[in-house]
Amino acid sequence: MNQTTSTLSDPMVPKLYRVQRLRHEIPDTFTLELAPEEVGDIPPFATGQFNMLYVFGVGEIPISISGDPAMRNPLVHTTRAVGTVSKAMRELQVGDVIGVRGPFGTHWPIEQAVGKDVVIVAGGIGLAPLRSVMYRITAQREQYGKVVLLYGARTPSDILYRRELAHWRAHFDLDVHVTVDRATGTWRGSVGVVTRLISRSPFDPLNTVAFVCGPEIMMRFTAAELEKRGVAAEHIYVSMERNMKCAVGMCGHCQYGPHFVCKDGPVFQYSHVQQMLLKAEI
Amino acid sequence: MQTLEAILAEHPFFNGLEPRYMQIITGCASNVRFDAGSYIFREGEEATQFYILRQGKVALETMAAQHGPITIETIESGEVLGWSWLFAPYRWHFSARVVQQTRAIALDGKCLRAKGEADHDLGYELVKRVSHIMLERLQATRLQLLDMYDVRAGGRSR
Amino acid sequence: MQQPPVNDRVVVTRDDFQQLFVSLDRHGFQVVGPTVRESAIVYDRLSSVDDLPVGYTDEQEGGSYRLKKRADKALFGYAVGPHSWKKFLHPPMLRLWSANRTEQGFQITPEQPETPKLAFIGVRSCELHAIAIQDAVFMHASYQDPGYQARREQVCLIAVNCGQAGGTCFCVSMQTGPKATAGFDLALTEVLDAKRHFFIIEVGTALGADILSDVAHRTASEEEIQISERIVADTAAHMGRSMNTIGIKELLSRNLDHPRWQEVASRCLTCGNCTMVCPTCFCTTVEDTTDLTGERAERWRRWDSCFTMDFSYISGGSIRSSSTSRYRQWMTHKLSSWIDQFGTSGCVGCGRCITWCPVGIDITEEVFAIRESESPANKER
Repeated sequence: MNQTTSTLSDPMVPKLYRVQRLRHEIPDTFTLELAPEEVGDIPPFATGQFNMLYVFGVGEIPISISGDPAMRNPLVHTTRAVGTVSKAMRELQVGDVIGVRGPFGTHWPIEQAVGKDVVIVAGGIGLAPLRSVMYRITAQREQYGKVVLLYGARTPSDILYRRELAHWRAHFDLDVHVTVDRATGTWRGSVGVVTRLISRSPFDPLNTVAFVCGPEIMMRFTAAELEKRGVAAEHIYVSMERNMKCAVGMCGHCQYGPHFVCKDGPVFQYSHVQQMLLKAEI
Repeated sequence: MQTLEAILAEHPFFNGLEPRYMQIITGCASNVRFDAGSYIFREGEEATQFYILRQGKVALETMAAQHGPITIETIESGEVLGWSWLFAPYRWHFSARVVQQTRAIALDGKCLRAKGEADHDLGYELVKRVSHIMLERLQATRLQLLDMYDVRAGGRSR
Repeated sequence: MQQPPVNDRVVVTRDDFQQLFVSLDRHGFQVVGPTVRESAIVYDRLSSVDDLPVGYTDEQEGGSYRLKKRADKALFGYAVGPHSWKKFLHPPMLRLWSANRTEQGFQITPEQPETPKLAFIGVRSCELHAIAIQDAVFMHASYQDPGYQARREQVCLIAVNCGQAGGTCFCVSMQTGPKATAGFDLALTEVLDAKRHFFIIEVGTALGADILSDVAHRTASEEEIQISERIVADTAAHMGRSMNTIGIKELLSRNLDHPRWQEVASRCLTCGNCTMVCPTCFCTTVEDTTDLTGERAERWRRWDSCFTMDFSYISGGSIRSSSTSRYRQWMTHKLSSWIDQFGTSGCVGCGRCITWCPVGIDITEEVFAIRESESPANKER
C-alpha cells in the first residue's frame, strides 16, 4: 500500500516500523530499536526532537528520540512504562510492527555551544532525550570547551544507561557526576539532589550553554541554581512535557501559555518560560 | 602553596568577613586529613569542630536498626560539613563517614562560639553564614523528600 | 442573465429569492444554512427558501435563548444560534485512517476524505471572521490540515449583514461586524418594510457573480444602497454587549493570579458549552479504537474542550486540574495568547458563549472586572 504521498500531505498518518530490539533498562524503563518497513531513509532528526509512536489498537504517545542522529537506523526510543500505551509497548516482541509519526519539535541547540562550555543536567528519564546530545558532543569533542554531565536518579538501581555513563567517563574528556536521592546497598557515589552538583562543577558560567531535562520541578530548581552560578537565562535550555494528541499544533492539548510544546518546544530557551515555570497549572 | 588564611578567605563561607575576624578564624583553623572508611564524627558525640572540605567525599549517615547505616547525603569538596557546633545541645545528629580520602580544614567551633558570644558582631556573621548553608541544605533535602522522579510526584514519563 | 460585476450591488426581490437556491443547486452546491429545529435556529441542509427560519427571531441573554415569532416574514431576522459553520469545515467527528492486522504486522489505510461542495447561506460577518481565524489555524501555520483545506476551498460563502444585533453580540467591539467586508462570495442585506421586501446583494467574487447570473436581479439604486447601509449602522448602534480590547493581551497575561479567576470558577460548571458553540474553538482529541476481534483499528479525531479534566493529563495527573485554571486557560487563550499564536484575537464577539453558558458567565463582564480592578480608584482601596 503506497502511503508515501498521503504521509507527505497528511501528518496524522503513521509510517510503519518494525521492532528490532526491546531492551529492559531499569525497573520501569525500556528502549525500543526500530527499523523502517518501507525502503528509504529514516527522516533525519535533531537531538531533542520526538516521534509519536503508535501501538496497534491501543494508542499513540510522544517519545523523545534518544539515539545518535548520525546513525539513524535503527530509530531508538527510551521511555517509562507508566500508562496504557507505554505498558502495551513494553510487551511488544521483536518483529512486531509499530506506527511512527515525526520527527517533531524543536531541538537542543548544540550549535550555540560550539566553543563554549557545555553543562548537561539530567534527572531520571530526562537522560534519554539528552543522550543524543552526548553522542553529538563526543563525536566532535574538540568543538566544545569543558563538558559536564550531571545526572540525578532516584536510587542506584534507577540509574539509566549505566554502561554508557561509564564509557563516556572513561573515554572522553568529560566530567560525569551521578547522584542519587536515596542511597541503597553499597552505593559509594554522591547522595543528594542533582542541583547540589552544580555549585561544585568546573565550568565558566559566562561562557556556558546548559541543557536541562527532567521533571519540571527539577528543571526549575536546576535552572535557578545555574542562574545563581552566573549562567544567563538565555543560555539555559529546558525540555517541557505536555499532553499531546496531534503533535502538529492543531489539537490544542500541548499549549503552555502561548506556546505549543509540540512545535514551539519541547526544547525552550529558559528565559522564554521562566515566568510560566513559576506559575501553577499553566 | 597558599596559606591557611588565604584559602579560608577565598571560600564563599568566609566571603566578606573583616580581616580581624579572619585572623581569629585562622587562629582556630588547622589542616586535617581522613582516610576512607574512618569516621570524622559520630551521631551523639559532642560537636566541637566543623570542616571545610577541600578534597574527597563524606557521607552523612544514620543507623536504621535492621538496615544498618543509611546515607542521607554526601558532602563533597568545597562544602561545609557540620553546624551542630553552633546550636545547643552541641551534639552531632548524624555520623560522618569518609567515603573517599578527604583533606579538609578543621575549625574549632567551640572556640569560635565562645568568641561569638563575646563579640556579637562576629556572632551574627557566624550565625548568618551557617543559616545560609542550612537553608540551602534544607531546600535540597526538601527536593529529595519529594521523590520527584516518581510519576506520581510529577516525574516525566519520557 | 448577465453576470453582475464583482463589487457591484444588485437587488433581488423576495419572490425571486428561491432562484438563488436553484442556481446554487445547478452549480453543484449543497446548501446549508439556518433552519428551525427543536426551539432553536441551527445550521443544517436547506432544500429551499422555505427551510429558512421565516418570520422567526431569537431573544438572547446570558444563559438564555428563546425562539420567538416575528411580526413580519423576514428570512434572516435573528442573530446566531448554538451551531457555527465549524461543524462543516472542521467536523465534530472524523475518521483519519483505519488499519488492519496482516501476517506481517498491520497496514494503514488513510481515509479518502469526502468533500461535498457546500454553500453556506446566512453567514454573519462575525462568522466570516471566525472562518478566517480557523483558516489561520488549519492552513497558515506550521502544518496544514489537508481535509480542512479541501473542504474550505470548495465552499461558497453567502453572507448576511445583520439587520439586528443579538442580545449578547459585541462584534463592534471586536471589529468583526456587523457589516461583512471581505471573504464572501455574496453578501446580502435584507430590506423589509410595510411595502417592500427585497435583498441588496454585494458581489464579492467571480463565483458569486456566476451564481447570481441565474437569479433575476437589477442594479441597486443609490437610495436602496443607503437604506441597506442604514440598517447595518443601526445594528452596530444596538449591540447587546461591548468589550474594551485596548491592551487586552497584556491585561490578561499580567493578571494570571487575579482573584477573579477563582470567583468565576466558583460559578463555572466546566461543562464546555462555550467551547462547543464558539466558532473559533478548534481543540480536538485523537481516539485510537479497535474492534472486538482486535483485527481492525481506527483513528478518529473529535472535538474536545480544554475544560475537560484530562485535557492536560500527563503521566500522573492533569496540569490544569482546578476549574480556576481551566477557565483561565480558555479565556486567556481566546483573548490573549491567541494573538501571540495567530496574530489576531480568537474572539469574534458573536456572544454564543454568553448565551449558551448554563450559568450565564459573560466573557465581557470578566474582562471588565479585571480591567476595573486595575483602575486608580480601585488600586487605592
